[in-house]
Amino acid sequence: MHLSTDEIILLQYGAIKLNATIATTWLLMILLVAGAKHVTRNLGNEVRITRWQSLLEIIVIGIRNQIGEVGLRQPEKYLGFVGTLFLFIATANLLTVFPVYEPPTGSLSTTTALALLVFVAVPFYAIRERGLPGYLKTFAEPTLIMLPFNIISELSHTLALAVRLFGNMMSGTMILAILLIVTPFIFPMLMNMLGLLTGMVQAYIFSVLATVFIAAASGTSDTINEDRG
Amino acid sequence: MLIDWFTVAAQAVNFLILVWLLKRFLYAPIINAIDAREKRIAAELAHAETMQAEAHASMADYARKQAELEAERIVLLKQATDDAAVERQRLISIARSDADDLRGKQQEQLQNEYRQLGDEISRKASAEAFAIAKKILCDLADESLEERMAAVFIQRLGMLDINVQQQLANATQVLVRSAFAQTERSTIEDAIRKLTPAEINFEVMPELINGIVLIAHGHKIVWSVADYLSTLENEVSTLLKMQPAGESK
Repeated sequence: MHLSTDEIILLQYGAIKLNATIATTWLLMILLVAGAKHVTRNLGNEVRITRWQSLLEIIVIGIRNQIGEVGLRQPEKYLGFVGTLFLFIATANLLTVFPVYEPPTGSLSTTTALALLVFVAVPFYAIRERGLPGYLKTFAEPTLIMLPFNIISELSHTLALAVRLFGNMMSGTMILAILLIVTPFIFPMLMNMLGLLTGMVQAYIFSVLATVFIAAASGTSDTINEDRG
Repeated sequence: MLIDWFTVAAQAVNFLILVWLLKRFLYAPIINAIDAREKRIAAELAHAETMQAEAHASMADYARKQAELEAERIVLLKQATDDAAVERQRLISIARSDADDLRGKQQEQLQNEYRQLGDEISRKASAEAFAIAKKILCDLADESLEERMAAVFIQRLGMLDINVQQQLANATQVLVRSAFAQTERSTIEDAIRKLTPAEINFEVMPELINGIVLIAHGHKIVWSVADYLSTLENEVSTLLKMQPAGESK
């Protein structure tokens, strides 16, 4: 058995290879974009809207409100990144109901990629909000002595996120695989159901944590400042 | 090794592409649609509020007009009632005055009739009395009534007051009115001549029925059946007055 979907190579040309992780990600991308395009192709501003539009609006507004609740003042600016994080992870995990499907989030490469993106996004948004000097100054807070600890903290955020997502996804898949061997009936189904729940929880936690890190670094969060104060 | 760095890079790129695609096809259209709908709903709400305000204003205006109309109606009704009362009073007074006029006319007519009847009775009574007296005198004294009356008249002239006789003597003209023939004129003329030297004129007036009137120097000496007739007339009038009172009962 494969521990990671990275090991299933579909095509290889030198260093460039198309493994199952990338292929599944593409499928997910096509699914998400096609679905979004299909629903939003004729959006109306009528009072009565279609069910699919209503669903999408609930999701988008829910994510926006969640970002706002974390404390970012203009949620629309972060909606693209954080919303896509949530939708991607959630969709990837939800599709585990299909038997042969392996979630790309179960690959440490994918979770590392996402964690690295958060790692980059945090200073990106922070610099956009505060400017470069303002952002750099945060590392020396409350005193200059804290500088190395702050840098370690920043790096450990990324690592924690990556490992968290990978661990949960992989463990779910692994446990399922092991249980299939031990008890092929009924129990894997329950685990699968639990996997759906943890998948959604992971998607939520990952995106909320990313938001919290961004908010903390950007300093636009009233809540966090108040908590610190 | 669990981490394949090529896959990491590919996944990062994939994710960024997905971010861009979803921004373009999901978030932007959805947010725009929501904003547009919110705007539309806000506009509709504002419009509804305007309409409601207008409706309230219209309702207030209507209520005010209704109150005005009601007040106007009450005023008009009161005015009409007052006018009707005035008109009623006017008509009543007209009717009353008409009734008074009619009653007056009736009374006048009645009085006229009464007077005419009285005159008629007087005339007939005196004529009858005269005829009876004439017949009685003719039957009893064997001389004409005229002679007898002339005799009485002459007798009366003799019995006149001294002052009256004096005034009569000073008169320049004497007028004698009588209803009967010329036969007695000389007798009367002689009697007057004894009292006054004035010029004597005779005038025949059948209305006197029976009697002689002497007018001289503002004096009037009368002997006629009228004296007796007046008594009769009074009695008759009393009788006539009593008669309508008896009828009214």
